[in-house]
Amino acid sequence: MIALETKGAGMRFGGVVAVDSLDMLLQSGETVALIGPNGAGKTTAFNMITGVYKPTKGDIIFTRDDSSQSIAGKRPDTITALGIARTFQNIRLFSEMSVIDNVLIGMHMHVKSSIFGAILGMPKYRSEEKAMREKAMELLEKVGLASQAGAQASSLPYGEQRRLEIARALATAPSALLLDEPAAGMNPKETLDLTDFIKMIAIEFSLAVLLIEHHMQIVMDISDRIYVLDFGKMIASGTPKEIQSDERVIKAYLGEGADD
Amino acid sequence: MKDLSKNASRILTAVALAGFAVFLWLAYKGIALGPYEARIVRLSGIYAIAALSMNLINGFTGQFSLGQAGFMALGAYTTSLLVIPPEAKESLYWVEPINPFVRNLQAPFLVALIAGGLMASFFAFFIGFPVLRLKGDYLAIATLGFSEIIRIFITNLIPITNGPVGLKNIPSTANILWTSLSCAAIVVLLLRLMKTSYGRTFKAIRDDEVAAEAMGISLFKHKLMSFLLSAFIAGISGGLLASVVGAITPAYFRFTLAYEILLIVVLGGQGSITGSVVGAIILSVSKEWLRFLDSGFNLLFFRVPEIAGLRMLVFSLLLMAIILFYRRGLFGSREFSWNSIYRPIAFLINKIRKPKKEAGDDSA
Ligand SMILES: Nc1ncnc2c1ncn2[C@@H]1O[C@H](COP(=O)(O)OP(=O)(O)O)[C@@H](O)[C@H]1O
Ligand SMILES: [Mg+2]
Repeated sequence: MIALETKGAGMRFGGVVAVDSLDMLLQSGETVALIGPNGAGKTTAFNMITGVYKPTKGDIIFTRDDSSQSIAGKRPDTITALGIARTFQNIRLFSEMSVIDNVLIGMHMHVKSSIFGAILGMPKYRSEEKAMREKAMELLEKVGLASQAGAQASSLPYGEQRRLEIARALATAPSALLLDEPAAGMNPKETLDLTDFIKMIAIEFSLAVLLIEHHMQIVMDISDRIYVLDFGKMIASGTPKEIQSDERVIKAYLGEGADD
Repeated sequence: MKDLSKNASRILTAVALAGFAVFLWLAYKGIALGPYEARIVRLSGIYAIAALSMNLINGFTGQFSLGQAGFMALGAYTTSLLVIPPEAKESLYWVEPINPFVRNLQAPFLVALIAGGLMASFFAFFIGFPVLRLKGDYLAIATLGFSEIIRIFITNLIPITNGPVGLKNIPSTANILWTSLSCAAIVVLLLRLMKTSYGRTFKAIRDDEVAAEAMGISLFKHKLMSFLLSAFIAGISGGLLASVVGAITPAYFRFTLAYEILLIVVLGGQGSITGSVVGAIILSVSKEWLRFLDSGFNLLFFRVPEIAGLRMLVFSLLLMAIILFYRRGLFGSREFSWNSIYRPIAFLINKIRKPKKEAGDDSA
């Protein structure tokens, strides 16, 4: 079943065509990688899908529980509420807040009590808060951060901040998860752990995962399919095997010093 | 050196609160304070409420709003018109006769205060609704402009507001108990709010709007919520202020008032509730203490003549200095804790007790 589909989606900033015309498919349960040299338009593609930018052309269709709708141009919070969660290339945690509070923010949109009910500590709000905290602790346990729940988010080491960002995205209860360079700045050991971690959460939360990544090792290891962008254009797509031997891909990466 | 236990902190807080309650009661009975000192305490409470209102939207939600003076004016006028007796109102309006509906409006003080808060929120809705959808610092510009427009309206709606002459004979219901308990109520309200999911969400918006939106949070809805609540609290402080000073004019609510409140917020710490209270006390007391600046004083061998407004000049310089060199204020975004007092004392005691052991043993 299709989870996410971009139909000729494109984005231009004045004269700069960041993404030309993107046709991408993400099936539910699938992990798909979006690769390409720096400046190829990968993050822009994420920003179009998640509503940070309104595509200047084309359409984006999201499907969950058999209901499909166009999400192009919808607000980011609306899109997240529908079921697409993301992380950022430059980690964007709520740095002044604690680890668990970061996760709790991801659940706020499901809170039913009003602000007055919350301030007055009505029984309904208290049970909501309790349930949220339990769920947040469960999530933190899954990502291995339970012991740090009270620490300030910005005090965590880099790799753990990346995990926290993923935990926070999972807290929004998504069906599709978009990860923007989750292994950036990680050492080989952390990278390996992350690969297993992504595989684990994809199954555990039955997610469709769309992944931007430069570490070819991860990309080849966990993706079912790969899309390759270069200068805003899709130059190839296929299974990891097909991509590895694709002439245009190798050419696009030459001089980039790609490690594979 | 150990920190205080949670229980020790709780006991200290309880003792401090009980001490303050006794002090309040004695002050209320006119035993602890003279009328002049009591007035400073009452004004401190009011300034604290105004600062908390500004801190909610600026410090906790990260939206720079400068409309506090306008919201306070709305609260002050609404409350005053509801509590001044009809005959007294009628005799005030000598430029133009009072609108008969406004003349007959009456409400008990508490209801009048809440009405003042609601009036401020009502206007806040009409500023916030268009402006808070935009990204960027439009709120600061819009609220500053609004604040002045409100003043112009109040100056010109003579049958309702009595225009530039203002209102007098406002019953001084807001005694030291009213102001202190209102302040305590707002402090408790905000402390609780910040522990809820909504309070967390405000802070998340302050920390990173893009990330907050990606977490499914409607920025507009939550900014508006914070803004309306902030205006409500400002309206309450305006109503209390009117009752303490007894007479108000539109000129009272110039945006220098908003700057004074901003000074308290920055001094106490943006995002610190207890900071705003401490900041308000420091400002109110030092404002009285600096009163000599306006009336002329001797500087060494020179006689500085009377310069009206010198005090405000000193305040502006102080605000600039604090913003330039002391951005985080007294408390930063933290709340007061007994440990912040205990730690330096314990450190000193430790030093005095075992000055010789210091070199070998620092674990203690
Ligand atoms: N907000 C923006 N305004 C103007 N140009 C942008 C903006 N965002 C991205 N771009 C441009 O779009 C191109 C693609 O950027 P990006 O999507 O960040 O690449 P990638 O993530 O693949 O490294 C770059 O040339 C970049 O300069
Ligand atoms: Mg990028």
